[in-house]
Amino acid sequence: MSYIIQGETCDWEVVIGLEVHCQVTSKSKLFSGGSASFGGAPNDHVDLLDAGLPGMLPVVNAHCVEQAVRTGLGLKAQINKRSVFSRKNYFYADMPLGYQISQYDQPIVGEGTILLELEGGKTKEVGIERLHLEADAGKSMHDQHPTKTFVDLNRAGVALMEIVSKPDMRTPEEAGAYLRKLRSIVRYLETCDGNMDEGSMRCDANVSVRPVGSDELRTRCEIKNVNSVRFVMQAIEYEAQRHVELYDEGEEPIQETRLFDSNAGTTRSMRSKEHAHDYRYFPEPDLLPLDLTDEYIQNIQASLPELPDERRERYVNDFGLSSIDAGVLVAEKENAAYFEAVAKGRDPKLAANWVTTNLFGALKKIGKPISESPVSAEDLGKLLDLISNDTISGRIAKDVFEEMVENGGDPEKIVEEKGLKQITDTGAIEGIVDDIIAKNPDQVAQFKGGNEKIIGWFVGQVMKMSQGKANPGMVNKLLKDKLSD
Amino acid sequence: MSDLSKLTIAKARDGLTKGDFTSVELTESCLAAMTANKGLNAFITETPEIALERAKQSDARRAAGTVASGMDGVPIAVKDLFCTEGVLTTAASHILDGYTPVYESTVSAKLKTDGAVMLGKANLDEFAMGSANVTSYYGNVVNPWKGKDGKDLVPGGSSGGSAAAVAGDLCLAATGTDTGGSIRQPASFCGIVGLKPTYGRCSRWGIIAFASSLDQAGPMTKTVRDAAIMLQSMAGHDPKDSTSAPHALPNFEDALKGDVKGLKVGIPKEYRVDGMPSEIEALWKKGANWLKDAGAEIVDISLPHTKYALPVYYIVAPAEASANLARYDGVRYGLRVDGQSIDEMYMNTRGEGFGKEVQRRVMIGTYVLSAGYYDAYYRKAQQIRTLIAKDFTDAYQKVDVILTPTAPSAAFAIGENQNDPLAMYLNDVFTVPASLAGIPGMSIPAGLSENGLPLGLQLLGKSFDEETVLRAAGVMEQAAAFTAKPGQ
Repeated sequence: MSYIIQGETCDWEVVIGLEVHCQVTSKSKLFSGGSASFGGAPNDHVDLLDAGLPGMLPVVNAHCVEQAVRTGLGLKAQINKRSVFSRKNYFYADMPLGYQISQYDQPIVGEGTILLELEGGKTKEVGIERLHLEADAGKSMHDQHPTKTFVDLNRAGVALMEIVSKPDMRTPEEAGAYLRKLRSIVRYLETCDGNMDEGSMRCDANVSVRPVGSDELRTRCEIKNVNSVRFVMQAIEYEAQRHVELYDEGEEPIQETRLFDSNAGTTRSMRSKEHAHDYRYFPEPDLLPLDLTDEYIQNIQASLPELPDERRERYVNDFGLSSIDAGVLVAEKENAAYFEAVAKGRDPKLAANWVTTNLFGALKKIGKPISESPVSAEDLGKLLDLISNDTISGRIAKDVFEEMVENGGDPEKIVEEKGLKQITDTGAIEGIVDDIIAKNPDQVAQFKGGNEKIIGWFVGQVMKMSQGKANPGMVNKLLKDKLSD
Repeated sequence: MSDLSKLTIAKARDGLTKGDFTSVELTESCLAAMTANKGLNAFITETPEIALERAKQSDARRAAGTVASGMDGVPIAVKDLFCTEGVLTTAASHILDGYTPVYESTVSAKLKTDGAVMLGKANLDEFAMGSANVTSYYGNVVNPWKGKDGKDLVPGGSSGGSAAAVAGDLCLAATGTDTGGSIRQPASFCGIVGLKPTYGRCSRWGIIAFASSLDQAGPMTKTVRDAAIMLQSMAGHDPKDSTSAPHALPNFEDALKGDVKGLKVGIPKEYRVDGMPSEIEALWKKGANWLKDAGAEIVDISLPHTKYALPVYYIVAPAEASANLARYDGVRYGLRVDGQSIDEMYMNTRGEGFGKEVQRRVMIGTYVLSAGYYDAYYRKAQQIRTLIAKDFTDAYQKVDVILTPTAPSAAFAIGENQNDPLAMYLNDVFTVPASLAGIPGMSIPAGLSENGLPLGLQLLGKSFDEETVLRAAGVMEQAAAFTAKPGQ
């Protein structure tokens, strides 16, 4: 799946690296006791330090450190036993200390990898450059007053993990797959809720282009704070095209920070390199270096949950699912959990088929997430049991399922109340078969004349007469026996 | 009873215990002395109501037999760099106009819990940046000592208000903070005792930061024993300060019981700087002899990187300060001078709110951290800082304490050095190395200059060995028999 932009002089490929800020799932902020929960009235969740009051000092939140290490291990990354917090200095009204406490040359997590699943079951490995911990800024509100800006510090000091990829992606689709996979991993780990619309996962995309076949890295632009997977892909597409057009015109892109306008689908300049901040990083003297022991790291490693890649492998190896079906099921932790509840003690392939086809189809139609599914995993399981023990046919099951989606309820009761039980009494089916054969001598003659396909028509008639309740296997067998007499 | 303010902490403790006087009487005596000595400008904010209320509570505790500590009922001045709940806290800067904290610094809270009575907030150099207490937005502090020519002298800095208040008997003791000598140098200039504990001994939480890796609170007192008593109440681990040491506290006053027989006292040759007055050189020798006479062994040592200490300090401290002072932006508290844009508001606020010396250091600090200069200045300075600390570690293989002069001169006239920042910075030449190494240092009044002004000697100790420093200081104090008072 190559993504090539045809220019006037040559073909171009896109080089993409992503910086993703993930808000750490934690009750309190990275360096203060202030609440890190989403929402609240402006400036409700502000501790003395978060407001930058004189003499206040940061203390590292041990839980946030653990979450960062957990995430690093989930990305199969190097955990740095010593890391250092640094001050990143710049003035902004919503940054009360006048510097952001971040990590600079000694981050807590080093290189790792992330496996992308692409269309057609293909995979690609993308390198992780680093993960570091830092405190978020507050929020400036420019729309509250005609001439003044208001500041909400609720978010100031909330812990973020900045996860930086290597420039390994070559298509907007790969960037999308990267974000989805990263989101899946942090959700499995419960280190970030991954909600891009609430801003707990935010993405900056670094984009450049180069002639196909070249391995140079040309001038890149950074597109800031794009807040959905779709927008990231759009922004990359636009930006890459823009670069190619510039080169075509004999110009060059300048290194700068750009903003994505989701209405126009374009990017525009925010600040150029000349106006880039000199952040004057230096080690945060209010904090000691962060030293982690092997034992501490091993304990976290031992407590890691099964991650999407491992789970997919298990579904393929133990359940015999296709890699694609398994991939679909494991992408969201909740889906996988639902599937496993349905598959428990049942045929996993049948369960996978029902979950990925019928359930996901129905959820998409009614626009609900799996957490609000009208059909519980338990009830779907019961439905599959009814199929497996021949109480109902697969066709009837689809009707029952529709009823479950619409009005909820126990499939056994629905089958009972609507009298949908399959007819497995040979005598009863035989009666219908005999009746149909007797009433349709023309079709019988056709069959005898060698048109064996017409048996399908007979099956249809029998099913129709039994209101779909006749066991199709039995119907087939009886028809064949009787017609061949 | 107006002489009560002249008491030491130890004497007051005895008198209060015996019931010779009450804390309220002691406090009233101090308040009267403060009123009589307004000309010293030692306080930015006086808090007589709080003081009398706390004194009453102390007397009530004493009557109930629940005395909190040796500091209970003792009136003190608190340097206006410590945030005090409900009391204006200024750092002597215009930019903190009207700032009243809703919290109490750990050190002043500990003193309060131990029963100390806060008389007010002592004047200082703006954001503790200075060596003469002439950079305060609230005006300079006058040293209670006068030279033979009768000119007003500086008290040293930055804890100049604290030093003047103790020396002038406006209080029994005061808190100070020391970043490069801000306790020890004014103690020397004012003829009192000043102790900078090991970095990490006292919590920095709630102290307005100047240079985070150097700032340390400590007692400024009339005697060595008082320093031990007061340090006991100020020190201790604080989980709110990640750089505060989790060490258990010794009983500092008990450290005064021993003697110095066999104690090895180092004399670093690098502290004989060019242009140092011969009277200071002579006093230094005298100090060594006092210790020798008491049974100590004098050892010549070398601290080879001493000459780099001052330049290193004037890179590291401004670098940290440039970031620490970034929060004073006019957005949330203190002074705001409006402008047409947020950048203009920042410039107007900080331009008006910070004095010249603070601006100078913020600019130096910003410069040494800038892209292209970081390696040449900040990184190099940190590397040399490590070497300076190693000098001391090596020296302490051979000796137990180190004896030096505290400052290269006695107090100078107000206005002197004013337009020569480098000359001003030289005041810290003997105090800065210990700050960079984080080790404890103490200034003890040892004698008078030819001009009749006090001169201090400095004892430096091993990390977290304030006890040995206090013991040696006690011996020197006895030998020096420094009884001179200002205005006599």
